[in-house]
Amino acid sequence: MAFIPHTEADVAAMLATIGVAGIEDLFDEIPADLRVKSLAGVPPELNEMQIGRLMTERARADGAPLAFIGAGAYEHHIPAAVWAISTRGEFYSAYTPYQAEASQGTLQLIYEFQTMIARLTGMEVANASMYDGASATAEAALMAVRANRKSKSARILVPTTLHPHYRRVAVTTAANQGLKFEELPYCTAEGVTPSASLARYDGQDITALVIQQPNFFGRLEDVDALTDWAHARAILVIAVVNPTSLALLKPPGEWGTRGADIAVGEGQPLGVPLCSGGPYFGFMTTRMEYVRQMPGRIVGRTLDTAGRAGFALTLQAREQHIRRAKATSNICTNQGLLVTAATIYMSLMGARGLARTAAAAHARTRELVAGLTRVPGVHLAFSGPYFHEAVLQLDRPVAPVLKSLSNRGILGGLDLSGYFPELGDALLVCATETKTSADIDRYRAGLSEVMQAARAA
Amino acid sequence: MSTVPADLKYTRSHEWVRTLADGTVAVGITDHAQHALGDLVFVEVPEAGRAVKAGEPCAVVESVKAASDVYAPLAGEVTAGNPKLKEKPETLNTDPYGEGWLMRLKPAPGALTGAALLSAADYQKVLEAEGG
Amino acid sequence: MPVPEKLIFEYSHAGRGASDQWPHDPGPAALAELPLTLRRARPPELPEVGELEAVRHFTRLSQLNFSIDTHFYPLGSCTMKYNPKACNQYAMLPEFLARHPLAPESHGQGVLACLYELQEMLKEVTGMQGVALSPMAGAHGEFAGVAMIRAYHRARGDLERNEIIVPEAAHGTNPATATMCGCVVREIPVDRLGDVDLAALQAAVGPSTAGIMLTNPSTLGVFERRIGEVARIVHQAGGLLYYDGANLNAILGKVRPGDMGFDVIHVNLHKTFSTPHGGGGPGAGAVGVGARLAPFLPIPLVGKDGERYRWLTEADVPQSIGRLSAFMGNTGVLLRAYIYMRMLGREGMQRVGEYATLNANYLLARLQAAGFDAAYPQRRASHEFIVTLKRQARELNVTAMDFAKRLLDYGFHAPTTYFPLLVPECLLIEPTETESKDVLDAFVSAMSQIRKEAEQEPARVTSAPHTMPVRRLDDVRAARQLDLTWKPTAQS
Repeated sequence: MAFIPHTEADVAAMLATIGVAGIEDLFDEIPADLRVKSLAGVPPELNEMQIGRLMTERARADGAPLAFIGAGAYEHHIPAAVWAISTRGEFYSAYTPYQAEASQGTLQLIYEFQTMIARLTGMEVANASMYDGASATAEAALMAVRANRKSKSARILVPTTLHPHYRRVAVTTAANQGLKFEELPYCTAEGVTPSASLARYDGQDITALVIQQPNFFGRLEDVDALTDWAHARAILVIAVVNPTSLALLKPPGEWGTRGADIAVGEGQPLGVPLCSGGPYFGFMTTRMEYVRQMPGRIVGRTLDTAGRAGFALTLQAREQHIRRAKATSNICTNQGLLVTAATIYMSLMGARGLARTAAAAHARTRELVAGLTRVPGVHLAFSGPYFHEAVLQLDRPVAPVLKSLSNRGILGGLDLSGYFPELGDALLVCATETKTSADIDRYRAGLSEVMQAARAA
Repeated sequence: MSTVPADLKYTRSHEWVRTLADGTVAVGITDHAQHALGDLVFVEVPEAGRAVKAGEPCAVVESVKAASDVYAPLAGEVTAGNPKLKEKPETLNTDPYGEGWLMRLKPAPGALTGAALLSAADYQKVLEAEGG
Repeated sequence: MPVPEKLIFEYSHAGRGASDQWPHDPGPAALAELPLTLRRARPPELPEVGELEAVRHFTRLSQLNFSIDTHFYPLGSCTMKYNPKACNQYAMLPEFLARHPLAPESHGQGVLACLYELQEMLKEVTGMQGVALSPMAGAHGEFAGVAMIRAYHRARGDLERNEIIVPEAAHGTNPATATMCGCVVREIPVDRLGDVDLAALQAAVGPSTAGIMLTNPSTLGVFERRIGEVARIVHQAGGLLYYDGANLNAILGKVRPGDMGFDVIHVNLHKTFSTPHGGGGPGAGAVGVGARLAPFLPIPLVGKDGERYRWLTEADVPQSIGRLSAFMGNTGVLLRAYIYMRMLGREGMQRVGEYATLNANYLLARLQAAGFDAAYPQRRASHEFIVTLKRQARELNVTAMDFAKRLLDYGFHAPTTYFPLLVPECLLIEPTETESKDVLDAFVSAMSQIRKEAEQEPARVTSAPHTMPVRRLDDVRAARQLDLTWKPTAQS
């Protein structure tokens, strides 16, 4: 029997101990009319060899295209050690560290993770992670409403340049609690949020301002000006940041005069495979003064009865298993296994490795933009610096071009026409350190052919 | 057995009230309450100037295994929160009726006489009924 | 006894690094376009260690953990069953790992086929009409479920329904979820035998009832026998029934929540369908719904047109509560659950409920014979059961916590302690179907041995554990003197 070790003799002895004739008797409290007759909709069992073959075929069907898509999930080199260690049974098959003495490995690792994330973001304190970058952003908005006691409005300003899926997740997650998300326009020439557009909120009760850096277009926002504008009006600042970029870019803790109040982001670039969207993890950091408003697990260092250092979950009175209806969130666990991978990744990369990764991704994206904009009918949408993504505009609809490219095994980026119709035929492209000059040239040549073929037709 | 000083008034939700010479009242949680919560690790007190209604949650006391709201025993305006509790929440465990006070309130007109507060004897009965 | 391990930061040496892992440095000229005002002034202080140092450090940390692969882990309500290695290996095939979430459907027919079939299998085993896979944990699934209940009432113009009823023994996530959805929580009691108090339920329902959240078998480890009555009362009052799937393992293949009258369910794939707990995640909390709630399912869903699979989004599900994750939830976890379900097949699915229940009832019977008290001795155990140590606490002055800590010394992870709160000094024990009789027998011996110690040498028990990397930790100090990030100047 799959994954059940019982012999017939075991079963007979166990039933005798319980004092029943058969296993069916153990279900005698379930009303007979509710009992399942069969599960015809579930196929018959497969053994390991059969499932292995099926999954290998399915994986092959997805292929291995050359991809230039970013938009919140980024292809980076993952050192072999990261998943070799993360999938060790002692990490993989342990649960939340409720019994601290038997979970010191996981607990110490989370403490190291919190430290690394706090240092990367320049913030005072980090939690043990959230589900993903989008849900972390939503939780940050809820947290800001708790933390900003001067504001009663629950109004959150959200730039249009925030990842559109993040905005939708924030609405799904927080609108039932009365939060109102108001969109800030962006400059269509530069692809950033102008501080001048904020003037119309002067004198109004606003709870928090969200700033994504780099923004969804890959462009760099004027984070210092935006942060200072918000703080001058007692508005909290929620930073949404890419962790790779932080090796080079100013960390949220240093934005403006006082730094951001809450910083969150998608942790996937730190050693987590793309895997069609998950599992990833969101990181969340804040100032010490707001730590009790932060959702999620937090690990602290303390002493044992013998006076030795050890690690334990702490500040649990914020959480659902104690606070129930008054908890900061209903979240129970973190994304432990992904945090394990990210902590190993950050240890192997260090600040220098991460900076090289960021610089190489930036350089490759510049090379990509330079190559693609040589193709007639393609130009860069926005002026100004970008990190490792950029928006291109084509002289024709993007979808058919992407389809032709995908037939050649190239995934050319994300069609923005559904998200940002005002940008016309716009395409978001990304290159990381994983792309070579030959890869970039293959894309350029493919695009050139596709565009020419379409013109000829 | 927890102590219940005879000179104080009480609520069913385990707050105590002491009338001070200047007409304001001091509010805290009872010895029974601090004992039930265990070692306190965090206390949040209201800011001076805040107006509270009777029964409104206005402070939070937190131990490692529990967290509880503290309710205003009567309507009034907060004149002070105990500033010592932020650094030393354990004061609430060691001296709940003295140094561990939570806040001072200036009662709204008629609030003190109108509030349904319990005598020490009646509060003792509440504790006995709860099995404490 | 395992030796404590230094912090990774304490291995760090300036200039050291695993440089084989890094890309080539493009040089400072590559950064010329990034304005200095937006650049970082000082590099982040991440560790500077070699590859072997890192590998050794994290391997040693792993060895400080108890896990299913190394220890019996009877944590009640968590279903710590064996996580088959095949599920991990075949979910981590290179094409699956490399696939970008926004890659076109033409380059995703393999993964989409798995997700579609997973939706179909989950519908079958839960008795539901529709399934969404995107919630990333049990609590996230709960959120989706209650948000759908709210959306349903709103769509009918029934705007007053904002109360969620939960039994007092419910998981803490239930009331917390209700609050997150902007609802008010109403708790109702359970009776002496662990069933919902129907009179209290009848009194609680009314025009403001949005729904009720129930686990069945309940958190008390017993089957809610009058579930038909409960459903009738709540439905007649205009409310909906939410099934918290935390305990689905007990009834898998034996009875389906849809047939019990539930309108919405979340399934913890990391419990019943054996995806890894990963030290606290990632989970997956797929939601299933009856016909009434199907229009409100969170996006994206996976649809099938002819032989092609495709994502269903806003255009297909216009009344959807919306998106819960940036992309498609925890896809890699979903693949593992898919593999597990295919390996079980329909016969294996039914055996799960049967052998989980057999193991729990056997362990309960043996513990009772050894002199321990069941919290609900008149009831059949489901896949888990509660032992109360209040007699031992009174007579021997040894608590459930002490037993739990001493079990660690015997090489067993402790059961869930002090939950549910309404049973004093309780251990909530869930052996799961993947444990052998030998392991269960050894656990009974350990419990008996600990009780003997408690009688003869109680300090041995009350000061446990003795063989772990640390002794009992000072939680009060942890919360009062917060040390949440390492600082080189701090004591260490």
